[in-house]
Amino acid sequence: MSDAEILQVRNISLSFKGVKAISDLSFSVRRGEICALIGPNGAGKSSLLNVLNGVYRPDSGELIFESERLRRVHPLEAARRGIGRTFQNNALFKKMSVVDNLLTGLSRYMRSGFLEQALGLPRARREARLFRERAEEVLEFLELQPWRDVEVGSLAYGLQKRVELGRALIAAPRLLLLDEPMAGMNAEEKREMSRFIADINRDLGTTVVLIEHDIGVVMGLSAHVVVLDYGRKVGDGTPAEVQANPEVIAAYLGTVH
Amino acid sequence: MTTSIPSIAAAYDEAPVTLLRRRRLLLLGGLLALAFALPPLLGSDYWLNAILIPFLVLSLAGLGLNLLTGYTGQTSVGAAGFMAVGAFATYGLLLRVPGLPLPLALLGGGLIAAAVGWLFGIPSARIKGFYLMVTTLAAQFFLEWVFAKFPWFYNHASSGTISAPRLELFGYNLATPAGRYLLALSCVVLLTWVAHNLVRSQIGRNWMAIRDMDTAAAVIGIPVERYKRQAFAVSSFYLGIAGALWAFAYLGTASAGSFDINRSFQILFIIIIGGMGSIAGNFLGAAFISLLPIFLNHAGQWLSGGHVDTGQLQNLQKVIFGALIIWFLVKEPEGLIRLLRNLAERLRRWPLRF
Repeated sequence: MSDAEILQVRNISLSFKGVKAISDLSFSVRRGEICALIGPNGAGKSSLLNVLNGVYRPDSGELIFESERLRRVHPLEAARRGIGRTFQNNALFKKMSVVDNLLTGLSRYMRSGFLEQALGLPRARREARLFRERAEEVLEFLELQPWRDVEVGSLAYGLQKRVELGRALIAAPRLLLLDEPMAGMNAEEKREMSRFIADINRDLGTTVVLIEHDIGVVMGLSAHVVVLDYGRKVGDGTPAEVQANPEVIAAYLGTVH
Repeated sequence: MTTSIPSIAAAYDEAPVTLLRRRRLLLLGGLLALAFALPPLLGSDYWLNAILIPFLVLSLAGLGLNLLTGYTGQTSVGAAGFMAVGAFATYGLLLRVPGLPLPLALLGGGLIAAAVGWLFGIPSARIKGFYLMVTTLAAQFFLEWVFAKFPWFYNHASSGTISAPRLELFGYNLATPAGRYLLALSCVVLLTWVAHNLVRSQIGRNWMAIRDMDTAAAVIGIPVERYKRQAFAVSSFYLGIAGALWAFAYLGTASAGSFDINRSFQILFIIIIGGMGSIAGNFLGAAFISLLPIFLNHAGQWLSGGHVDTGQLQNLQKVIFGALIIWFLVKEPEGLIRLLRNLAERLRRWPLRF
């Protein structure tokens, strides 16, 4: 495998009680690109993300991340290796403030021990200050400062999505998995979110794999599109290639049998 | 894995936060000075013995349960069971380790309670919510039974009770009401400070993340099961020390029955009424729970002209508590502390209501 590829999905199959969600799926994600997963509802896109960060265990196939074969991925292990993700339906900590939500994303960098934190010893205080500074950076980057100390549960949906993006971003992931980051947003919010995703990709060099239904957004944002239908890959290439692919058109518009 | 986190760009000013903190610190300092200077000012021992000492110990127990239930989201109805562990362990240490100073005995009692709490926290990896609550209920009954069944724990006393062999520190006798009050107060102040550090640390945030959504917590890299067990242990450490203080600083003589399920419910009521996930809330809840009976007693005597049936009063108390619990759960799940904060906010804005 070449170093240009950060992630390789090889022959992954996943089924739930006999129902195939993903069958024999293979594709690669190049380092530094934004790869979009598209496909009709139930095509297996979210299931695939759940396989990638270890929420689901595939029946067969293998994942290669950063030239290392991942076996029996656990979500925790995936996070430690630098795979961050957001969820389709927000999975934020609703009773905590925006900044505290972001800070939880830094847990894997925590080095000070229990007693150090309980007694407020210097190392713990230094670490807390470092974490705070990092959180302020992310708040600024995602323009979330006005809501810094607001309880997340009381925020508008679009803002919550942005907080969730921040919580994944704060840990400096190498691969960022975004499950419908723009679902339920209006055009203005979508433009904003697209801009943030493009900024993250360009300025921080983070590789992004995202699921999106809005074809217009996908075409504007990513250079690489993978199309799924009934758990199979039906298209893989640049947006123009994919749009011209008859199988993709069939998947979206239906076809005459 | 490295500790260094790639940087984006920083701009950060914390001056206003510091100012606000300074005012709070002053207020807190004043309150503490008053609390420590209180015994000679009071004159009578009644306030210390009957109100302030139980109030302090119940606050500490509430704090312990709140760390587990209010901050980590693991409901427990076994609080008194862990208090019993702390009481009997501290007793055993004072009795069987000659020359062990009181603070170390308390610390040891707390640590033993923490170990037992950790053990009973193991099921939390697999069991959630209501079913986990049932395992804590089992812990309550099991621990109560152990301390009644095996005479070794109460040193084969025919009465089945334990009482502190000695309450002294560096030669000072702490067995007086003022001494016991200061002992309880010192423990409460120290442990409240530690709890304050904890809930604002990364550990505390991890607990709260698990409370709010444990699946998401796992995905972002928090070892959920370990932190749940840790919360059980820390909570039990607090409850253990509260149990020891309940037995020796308040009751003087205690038995397994002093830590029955009613005590567990009492601690749970304290955090529901005071405020889940709030440190100050425990003190409000404990004050409410320890002052309401006294208030009812006085009110009853005043209303009935001196003739009051204590049995009736106790029933009335239960009715009022029950109604309040329901009211708080429905109307204000965040408890008295939220009501107080809302009030403070309204007072601050009062002249400018529009």
